Amino acid sequence: MTYILNNPDVILRLTGQHLYMTLTALVISLAIALPLSLLLLRSERLANGVLGLLGVLYTIPSIALLILLLPVFGLNQKSVIVALIIYTQVILVRNMVVGMKGVPAYILEAAKGVGMSGWQSWRRVQLPLAMPVIIAGLRIAIIVAIAIATIGAKFGAGGLGTLLFDGIAQNRYDKIVAGSVVVVLVAILLNRLLITAERHYQKRHGS
Amino acid sequence: MSAIRFENVSKQFANVGHTAVADATFAVAEGSFVVLLGPSGCGKTTLLKMVNRLIEPTSGVIYLDGQDSRAVDATTLRRQIGYVIQQIGLFPHMTVAENVAIVPDLLKWSKEDIAARVDEMLALVDLPPAQYRDRYPAQLSGGQQQRVGVARALAGDPKVILMDEPFGAVDAITRIGLQDALLQLQRRLHKTILFVTHDVEEALRLADKMVVMKDGRVHQYDTPFNILKNPANDFVRELVGADDMVRQLGLIRVEAAMQPLPPDFTHNGQPTIPQDSSLRQALSLLLGDGVTTLVVTDGAEPVGVLTLRQIQRYRE
Ligand SMILES: Nc1ncnc2c1ncn2[C@@H]1O[C@H](COP(=O)(O)OP(=O)(O)OP(=O)(O)O)[C@@H](O)[C@H]1O
Ligand SMILES: [Mg+2]
Repeated sequence: MTYILNNPDVILRLTGQHLYMTLTALVISLAIALPLSLLLLRSERLANGVLGLLGVLYTIPSIALLILLLPVFGLNQKSVIVALIIYTQVILVRNMVVGMKGVPAYILEAAKGVGMSGWQSWRRVQLPLAMPVIIAGLRIAIIVAIAIATIGAKFGAGGLGTLLFDGIAQNRYDKIVAGSVVVVLVAILLNRLLITAERHYQKRHGS
Repeated sequence: MSAIRFENVSKQFANVGHTAVADATFAVAEGSFVVLLGPSGCGKTTLLKMVNRLIEPTSGVIYLDGQDSRAVDATTLRRQIGYVIQQIGLFPHMTVAENVAIVPDLLKWSKEDIAARVDEMLALVDLPPAQYRDRYPAQLSGGQQQRVGVARALAGDPKVILMDEPFGAVDAITRIGLQDALLQLQRRLHKTILFVTHDVEEALRLADKMVVMKDGRVHQYDTPFNILKNPANDFVRELVGADDMVRQLGLIRVEAAMQPLPPDFTHNGQPTIPQDSSLRQALSLLLGDGVTTLVVTDGAEPVGVLTLRQIQRYRE
């Protein structure tokens, strides 16, 4: 604890790096997952294939995946961000597909029947109804990303993992504790934020 | 000109052996209430959905106001046709007001016009706007949801309204209340309504004319009274219960069978019945009260008398 209080600048810098990696990865991951899930909605077989493949990627240990990525992206944040995108993809896509498929066909037919175009029906009916499930996926993805990003320190990407690895190397117990505490705090904070958003959508269902 | 005209309309779904709708030809007059009646799977929903092009016919043409319905863009067409689907289909994430506002909003009405229209529609279906506007569908009873469904279908002021078993999912009492409300609405609004049901009583109660269907074919298209009097075949006879006297009496108004007041008429305690009630209601009152004569009234004014003998005679 005293380490955090005595080195606010270090903590701030590392937290900044950590958040930068995590959030950049999530934004890109979302941007890929959204069109991908819309495509998968069109074909059950394609969906099973792609989700299966993403699921397999998810099971690769993070150190192994990073080592595989290094030759392509270099010993820096890029490799870590790409790894995070790969890991979060399956979570985001699966929740988007499940969420949008979960909207009953008759509701979508009602949307069509009142004269909504395909885009209007998606934007005004299907997406908002899928939102709680999508946000739930985002919550899991963020926690996974924050956790995996700590390993980035080993690969020249900085972030809060630096404290953990330095602490281990230097036998500095205070650094290890400081790193762990801040990682957990960041995770809890972002999670809280998304729970609030989820509540907002659920309240709109009147349930 | 007919509001809706079906001309040799057929629908054959891909990979399905039988024809869902086979060669339907009939015309629906503007402002009339037409009920599609038939057993489950006979093609009622399919026929209905071809009107707003949720399903495209395999062959044949549907004319709306004399115009081939394919001449208009499908979304534009649907915004001009009210639609109540079989499962109600309110949008659960929108308030009652937002649900009712959908079509006016798609038609790009102004905010003020939409707000006024929503309140007007809710009042029309007997849901006080101040109380219901901001509720979500999950916070309404089944019957109230049905009313919102009807309000949503009416909101864009369509001339034609399609209703697919709109009262299918509510209990018998609520259902009769909703039917009454719909009949009252129709007396004021004079919409052209296509209404699907497989409930014979509901059909007889609501219809100006009935389309009786089986296996995709239209077996008879006529007024309820004519169908009960002269069913086209054994299927229709059995489906509508044409041999059920009481059912037929339900379609004849008291004033058609009553006798004028005798000159020496004095009203001493006989039960009264309004002249636009059915003979079935009259019969029930006669039997229930154990009397021989009813006094028929127009408002509070006695206008005639009705006896069991006259009801029997009218049957023949
Ligand atoms: N999308 C579809 N694809 C294939 N067949 C269909 C489709 N929709 C309906 N059918 C078939 O067409 C026939 C008529 O169905 P339809 O839904 O019009 O019946 P219905 O009279 O409305 O029945 P219900 O009273 O049960 O609602 C049925 O045999 C049904 O299985
Ligand atoms: Mg149906």
